[in-house]
Amino acid sequence: MAPSTPATPMIDVAGLRKTYSTRDGAIVTLDGVSFSVAAQEFVSVLGPSGCGKTTVLKIIAGLVPPSDGQVQIEGIRVTGSQRKIGIVFQVPALMRWRTAIGNVMLPAEILGLDPVRSRHRAAELMKLVGLADFATKYPNELSGGMQQRVAIARALVHDPSILLLDEPFSALDMMTRNQLNIELLRIWSERRKTSLLITHSIPEAVFLSDRVVVLGPRPANVLEIVPVPLPRPRTPEMRVTTDFMKIVDHIGRRIGLEYV
Amino acid sequence: MIAPQLVRVLKVGLTLIVLVVAWEIACRAFQVPSYLVPAPSAIAAKLHEKRDLYLGHTWVTLYETVGGFALAVAAGVIAAALIVVVPPVRDIIMPLLLIAQLVPKVAIAPILLIWFGYGLLPKILIAFLVAFFPIVVNVASGLAAVERELLDLGHSLEATRWQIFWKFRMPTALPELFSGMKIAITLAVIGAVIGEFVGGNRGLGYLILIANQDLDTPLAFAALLILSVVGIVLYALIELAERLLIPWSASVNHYLEAERA
Repeated sequence: MAPSTPATPMIDVAGLRKTYSTRDGAIVTLDGVSFSVAAQEFVSVLGPSGCGKTTVLKIIAGLVPPSDGQVQIEGIRVTGSQRKIGIVFQVPALMRWRTAIGNVMLPAEILGLDPVRSRHRAAELMKLVGLADFATKYPNELSGGMQQRVAIARALVHDPSILLLDEPFSALDMMTRNQLNIELLRIWSERRKTSLLITHSIPEAVFLSDRVVVLGPRPANVLEIVPVPLPRPRTPEMRVTTDFMKIVDHIGRRIGLEYV
Repeated sequence: MIAPQLVRVLKVGLTLIVLVVAWEIACRAFQVPSYLVPAPSAIAAKLHEKRDLYLGHTWVTLYETVGGFALAVAAGVIAAALIVVVPPVRDIIMPLLLIAQLVPKVAIAPILLIWFGYGLLPKILIAFLVAFFPIVVNVASGLAAVERELLDLGHSLEATRWQIFWKFRMPTALPELFSGMKIAITLAVIGAVIGEFVGGNRGLGYLILIANQDLDTPLAFAALLILSVVGIVLYALIELAERLLIPWSASVNHYLEAERA
């Protein structure tokens, strides 16, 4: 464990198991997944498609109950939805009848927060994600990358202490994806939310994270938790350094061994 | 923007004019008797000659149509909401709805007359019955079409059932509500006319019936023409409301794209 990890982690995932019963019998998707995320830390959960990464996120968010094991947030066991969490999904999932800023304000409305203050906050977040001039546009007038930026702003509007990102850039083209990785780093360094990113891209995980939780194939367990000692703030140039490549290569081999 | 729209209107208008002129020429050339197929000029003459007659009948049919339609929208949205929000209700209501839909409404009309007399009420009810089904089916599928991730977002924020319904489901269903209403309004006109055919002494359907009995075919055609105009105007009003109320809808944008193209 990194020396900076405090006594009580922000998120503590302990021995998660998840089995789904189907017609062909029980399917085990998670088989003893444990890791923790310190306050203000950026951690990625990396694994191949269909290994149950998203299930981990849904259990942390309290949307799905685990079959065994538990999740604690700030030392309190998760038993249901968590208002202190902001989620970004693989798809933008915007309401097409609301403007961009209207979408950003949705969580504030549901939680019954002060409308004037949340409108102010939403406008600020639109600026943070670089869409200040697009606040009154409808989702169908925005590109895929812009829609996902709106989704990030929406996840932050109620000032959650935790940001969960479920493969948020996997539906985007490579150039947009790299651009948004850099944007996400900037947003994270400005707001310092405890962040958990689900991804199947090794370079993305290494570039963004303090630590990478590498999951094995289904049923998923933790193969290794890889620390990323690259300095902060991270810059795009770091992605071509030897240190970066070494970590990417190490994870690639670690996963490759399991799948051959 | 204006020019392509104008071209579209001109195309339809010209086609109609050509058809009407061809009809007129055919009637004169083959000397078709007026009681079989009246020439457009004869229908126009009849419209002018009996101009005081139509307004009252049109008003009655319009009243029945809109009344039945409004009932269908209200009841249809409520039924669809129950189907989607209360799963046990779906299992009971859906089969019943299907059975009800399979019963021919024309066959129910005389029974409704026995129950509710010869006034406007049985006509409104028949219009309601034929218009109800497309509303329920469309709205129910619209209410159920909320993105799974959006629902996850709502649940993660501990949204109440009430919030999920009004903020997530209802707006998602609006485009489907409008397509349901467009089908329903045309059916409601038919329902009202069926009601008038079966029994009554007012309305455009009644007028057509009387004209047929008198072999006054030009009058029947005149009433038919007014009936079509009523249907088209009602349909156009719904489409206008759709464009004004849900400009973000894909179907609305589709029209606009088509106009630009």
